[in-house]
Amino acid sequence: MSALLSVAGLTKSFGGVRALDDCGFEVAEGAVGALIGPNGSGKTTAFNVITGYQAADSGSLSFRGRVVRRPDPCRLQRLGLARTFQQPRVFPGLSVLENVVLGRPQHWHALLGRRVPGTDRRRAEALLEEFGLAAHADRPAARLSYGQRRLLEFASVLMADPALILLDEPTAGVNPVMVETMERHIRRRHDEGVTFLIVEHEMRFVMRLCDPVIVLDRGRPIACAAPSDVQNDPRVLDAYLGE
Amino acid sequence: MTALHAESRLRRAGAARAAAFMAVLAVLPFLFNQHWQVNLLVFTVMYAGLASAWNLLGGYAGYPALGHGAFFGLGAYAMAIGAGHLGAGAGYRPFLLVPLIALGTAIVVAPIARVLLRTRAVAFAVLSITVMFMVQTLAYNIRGLTGGSQGLALPIAPFDAATFERPYYFAMAVLLVVTVGVCWVVRTSKLGLALNAVRDDEDRARGLGVQTETVKLLAFVLSAGLTAAFGAVWAYYISYIVPGFAFDPLLSLVAVLMAFLGGRTTLWGPITGAVLVGPAQQYFAYRFGASQLYLIAYAALFLLVIYLLPDGVIPSASRYLDRARTAYRSRATRRDRPDQVPMEPVPPRGGRG
Repeated sequence: MSALLSVAGLTKSFGGVRALDDCGFEVAEGAVGALIGPNGSGKTTAFNVITGYQAADSGSLSFRGRVVRRPDPCRLQRLGLARTFQQPRVFPGLSVLENVVLGRPQHWHALLGRRVPGTDRRRAEALLEEFGLAAHADRPAARLSYGQRRLLEFASVLMADPALILLDEPTAGVNPVMVETMERHIRRRHDEGVTFLIVEHEMRFVMRLCDPVIVLDRGRPIACAAPSDVQNDPRVLDAYLGE
Repeated sequence: MTALHAESRLRRAGAARAAAFMAVLAVLPFLFNQHWQVNLLVFTVMYAGLASAWNLLGGYAGYPALGHGAFFGLGAYAMAIGAGHLGAGAGYRPFLLVPLIALGTAIVVAPIARVLLRTRAVAFAVLSITVMFMVQTLAYNIRGLTGGSQGLALPIAPFDAATFERPYYFAMAVLLVVTVGVCWVVRTSKLGLALNAVRDDEDRARGLGVQTETVKLLAFVLSAGLTAAFGAVWAYYISYIVPGFAFDPLLSLVAVLMAFLGGRTTLWGPITGAVLVGPAQQYFAYRFGASQLYLIAYAALFLLVIYLLPDGVIPSASRYLDRARTAYRSRATRRDRPDQVPMEPVPPRGGRG
């Protein structure tokens, strides 16, 4: 399988702190990769740089076989790369349904079309049904709980049929039943051919779901292997437990 | 039947409200036909339009523009120059210039808007005020065109003295209807959804593929063009303009105050705000005008609004109604089915996935 996403030599400093230090890895098409590492190892920064929310100091990124020179969230989304955030980000003033509909990419000539066209509505309603949010469809998203917002964010990302989804801690703050729901959804999309890269602290979740597991330490990948191998890798244990 | 309703953008209630609104606008100057009353109506309708036009950018997109006086003044000077220098003449003909002025302003403002819209929140507010003062300074200094601080006189229209204000009133009323129409189209379109997304979280909206730059620019030029149209009619009405009044920082603030008071997120909020503040403003200016104490009255009103009704009159009222309705309904529900008040999503039952 070819690499859907590959990054090389990513470096990003904040003041004197090197959040990413010559960071490079690949995510193969059809994989459910995990990006793990101790706190502050640069996982979220890697996400931000890959999705264009932050500019890297140096390094290169290629997605779907083409080099993306200046990553920009809008353009990457159009290329099929979507993400969620560590703190779930929804549009609090919009209804839950509208939040999902926004995930659908628009063309400028559709701007004067309906706010929520019928086809988008039906698709969004189906997604909300899947995520158990259908009862809240017409409420403002501000009224949702933390876990529900996470599900909503995930659902809205799916509207665009992305090829690669970066999930930043999808299970944090979500109740166990919803974690299972989340997992089921990830598996289902995976079966449909969607590739994932997941930042996660919940190790059981990672071990069940992900392969390969990429371990970051101080902004640099120190391992990239199957979950069982990573668990026994002395460098990984060292990074987590300290010298 | 229900599907058809959901598909249609214009609900029956909305159409009825629009018809009632236009009917009221049409009969007002006949019900209140004293000169001072019609004068008050002209200004109230103008402010309702300015507040609605501001709301496109300030409310829907959440960009706190405080310099709409710039566009108002541009419209006013365009009218003065068009009707005076270029000889569009007196009578009804200058009114025909209004759509051209709106369009022209929208086009001229677009490049400035592109630059301004690179900033957000407080920086945007400050820059928008700065632009207003820059344009005002230009108006003071390009004497050949604007007459500088001496101002420009417009031709006096040969309207019947008994109903002199009426043509201006109807011009303002038509502009208000157009503005509300534009607001309605924006609200019910994808553009409105995109603008609301920009207001809530611009970066994430970009990440979802919303063309934030395009929609912000559209909101800005629509807002500026409509504001200029009101400025144009205003200039013809008062027939003599100077930079200090045409580019009035207070004008921008008052329109914002009205939108805040009525409710920024709503269609009718800015109009409600204008109806509440407009006449009061004229009264304050009349009573305390000389001492400028009326400015303090404004400030006090603004503080009260933010303290008591942070979302504005319309959202607060509708929330109150909603709560009353929900309370009523839940009382009814509890009587029927005492165990059903689902708040958390029901976990999906097994069988799927």
